[in-house]
Amino acid sequence: MELVCPAGNLPSLKVAVDNGADAVYFGLRNDTNARHFPGLNFNEKRAAEGIAYAKARGARVFMAINTFPRPDGWERWRQAVDIAASLSVDALICADIGVLDYACHRWPDLKLHLSVQASSTNYEALAFYHQSFGIKRAVLPRVLSLSQVQQVVEHTPVEIEIFGFGSLCVMVEGRCILSSYVTGESPNTHGACSPAQFVEYRETAEGLESRLGGVLTDRYGKGEQAGYPTICKGRFAVGKNTFYAIEEPTSLNTLALLPDLFRAGVKAIKIEGRQRTPAYVGQVTKVWREAIDSCRRDPDNFLAKQCWNASLDQVSEGASTTLGPYYRPWQ
Amino acid sequence: MAIDMTGSTKLSLGPVLFYWSRDALFDFYAQAAEMPVDIIYLGETVCSKRRSLRSSDWLDIATELSDNTDKEIILSTLALLEAESELKTLRRLCENGRFMVEANDIGAVQILTQRQLPFVTGPSVNIYNPATLKLLAAKGLKRWMLPIELSKETLRQMQSQRPQGLETEVFCYGRMPLTLSARCFTARSHNLPKDDCQYKCIDYPDGRLLATQEGEPFLALNGIQTVSAKTCNLLPEIPLLRELKVDVLRISPQSTFTRQIVDAFHQSLNGSAIKDLGKYMPLGPCDGYWHGSSGLSACTESSPP
Repeated sequence: MELVCPAGNLPSLKVAVDNGADAVYFGLRNDTNARHFPGLNFNEKRAAEGIAYAKARGARVFMAINTFPRPDGWERWRQAVDIAASLSVDALICADIGVLDYACHRWPDLKLHLSVQASSTNYEALAFYHQSFGIKRAVLPRVLSLSQVQQVVEHTPVEIEIFGFGSLCVMVEGRCILSSYVTGESPNTHGACSPAQFVEYRETAEGLESRLGGVLTDRYGKGEQAGYPTICKGRFAVGKNTFYAIEEPTSLNTLALLPDLFRAGVKAIKIEGRQRTPAYVGQVTKVWREAIDSCRRDPDNFLAKQCWNASLDQVSEGASTTLGPYYRPWQ
Repeated sequence: MAIDMTGSTKLSLGPVLFYWSRDALFDFYAQAAEMPVDIIYLGETVCSKRRSLRSSDWLDIATELSDNTDKEIILSTLALLEAESELKTLRRLCENGRFMVEANDIGAVQILTQRQLPFVTGPSVNIYNPATLKLLAAKGLKRWMLPIELSKETLRQMQSQRPQGLETEVFCYGRMPLTLSARCFTARSHNLPKDDCQYKCIDYPDGRLLATQEGEPFLALNGIQTVSAKTCNLLPEIPLLRELKVDVLRISPQSTFTRQIVDAFHQSLNGSAIKDLGKYMPLGPCDGYWHGSSGLSACTESSPP
């Protein structure tokens, strides 16, 4: 089982490699990838530097072009694919059918992975991408239970990568437009969920308020920590109750499921968080490296160490974690 | 046989997104037979647990409507496919042997293309550029729907490069489907787990309202799907939709007034003045996506309900 870690910038890439990532993934500094945040990502020169650093240490490098070009942006996505090919990345992670089509015909030797943004939750969908574009691997959306993941693995020739840790998208990635519903910009079109320029915090008589695109997402009492106003992590009124109607601000942590994922035939664990700091990347990579090695040595007696979880909790959003959809009762 | 309306804009009735009772659905489609729509999409697209109608019931309704009207009948399929049982149902629908299928997931596209069957795509298949459109057209796509979040400007660009013979459909009226999840938010709002949801969504025939803490209606919960609280209304855009050569205008059914809404679209297509549909929308209109803005905004002035 491979450990795939986020590289939002060169320091993160290096710290991931140094702490034992088998592979790192990154994107360019534009809307061709789903973490298009200010100050993040790579230009070509930096990317080449990062790739050289990783390759010298035996780690692989994947590049994400995982948003959906509209007609007037097509040229930018096409160029991004050409850049990936010229950088000789180990794999290109794509979501859009048009982009996959271009990549597989223009650069037949470029290995393709299917991004989580392609929303493929079943082996029939994977067969489409495999037969049409020869994808080698797919990242599954964070909606399947463990047994459903296993079902997919058993029926596809494609390697399966799943999210093991990080911010928890509770919607089917690639098919959630809550962000553009309030801001006009979504991960699909602009490469960012809840872009920072639409975020507002206001101190009011009723407490601190967080807003996205003017929509009130939450109010915080004294001493309550304010979260980032993504719609799915806000508190809203349904019926007579005001609560986290979609999801609490928690992070995904599947450390305890590692032996099950291993036995299910999952090929790679992905760590979310290109937007996080190098310190986060280093800490999370180190823990998961140890855990995967320990699980590989003796899956039957694997136990998630308390110090691992304590270490991961320190860097989790909302300072609590969940097994998410893999654990059926969460659904 | 479909009505011969060569060169003219057609109206479609989208699949019912919400969970309605068996009687409500049979009543609705008995009325739909009389509505001036050219295409009717039938089937459950949101949650496989909803069983007021089974696949065989949907096929019966399809047969009935097809035998007794001139409408084109399409079978719509589930948007989020997770379990093997859902794939089995999907295969059965794809192999119905008579009706074209609306694929709402690439898994359905795969099953249909494997069998060399023509198909149409619904709002949850991401077609954002001509390259995607071209590839799917080569695999048998006959009609595609503009993704909900895309604007008239993007549509214009898509239309200028669309493969010959391919029809374009636009979601023109209804609460907009915004997202899908593994989790059932209606069950959650009743503090129930999904596996014991007690089919609570049947109590909300247009979705369960979710409001912000300042009382602003925001979303409507529809099981694992979330839709907009406001109703998308592109009726005033009919002249532009025509100019852009959109072939089909979709009206998404609501529990009341669907007939009146269809009539208003039909009349406008036939030259009557644009009607104000305000009184038929539970919480007023929105049309932001069409105008390249945030989806919930209302860019076209409309008198209050």
